[in-house]
Amino acid sequence: MIRVVLLLVVLILGTTGGEISVTHGMKAVGEPEKLRPRQLIAFLRRALANGWFWAGVPLMALSFYALLVLLSWEPISFVVPASALSYVVGTLGAKYALHEDVSPARWLGVLLVCAGVALVATG
Amino acid sequence: MGHERRIRVKTLVMILAMVVCANAGDLMLKRGMSQIGAVQITPSGLEHALLATVSSPTIWLGILFLTGFMLSYMTVLSWADYSYVMPAGAFGYATVTLLAVIFLHESVSPRRWIGVLLICIGVLLVSQTKPRTTEVVAQREEVAA
Repeated sequence: MIRVVLLLVVLILGTTGGEISVTHGMKAVGEPEKLRPRQLIAFLRRALANGWFWAGVPLMALSFYALLVLLSWEPISFVVPASALSYVVGTLGAKYALHEDVSPARWLGVLLVCAGVALVATG
Repeated sequence: MGHERRIRVKTLVMILAMVVCANAGDLMLKRGMSQIGAVQITPSGLEHALLATVSSPTIWLGILFLTGFMLSYMTVLSWADYSYVMPAGAFGYATVTLLAVIFLHESVSPRRWIGVLLICIGVLLVSQTKPRTTEVVAQREEVAA
């Protein structure tokens, strides 16, 4: 039981930590001027030279392996709804780490999505 | 107002690309792994599975789609909020359910339909908020330095 909870924590913090790190990196990279192949390649090169991007990748890989191990222990109808908590944790991270303005409407949307994912996965 | 609307449309198009790539990628991986068969967790079983996956065109097509997902995710995050894109990405659960019903003729429980409905309402709510709430801090000099 304790190992399942621990791995869930690794899964959720790995996903959200990795994505927040990548988001921070991409904001520093800046958006491509145009969505054309030339500008997109230049954009990709800037992204691949960004430290925050590379800090996020191992965290995402870690969360992926945590997911695989969890799936080998527990049914998917437990793992996916439990990992839907990452929507809430990710929104908290966006608010406090990335200083995004999370309005009440956005919070309500996130909570509905979280509940919806849990229902879809156990349906 | 026109500028705001442009960002919103651009963001929603990229999120759609993300969802389509993620769904197509998962579908290809599922199809590829079904062709290969259940993986035996023994040294020879894993070796066989590894060789079978790297030589499967379906698996590679799946990886290509998932790469497309990662690239569109990175691109949209370069201008839009994480707390906008992340919940909107859950729209994929709704589309994959519809695809399963239409193409695979799977039956879907009422509980699952309620979940799909909640996701759609949630995504609709989030999409009404401003896609970007943080300041633009382009640090091109950092890369150049």
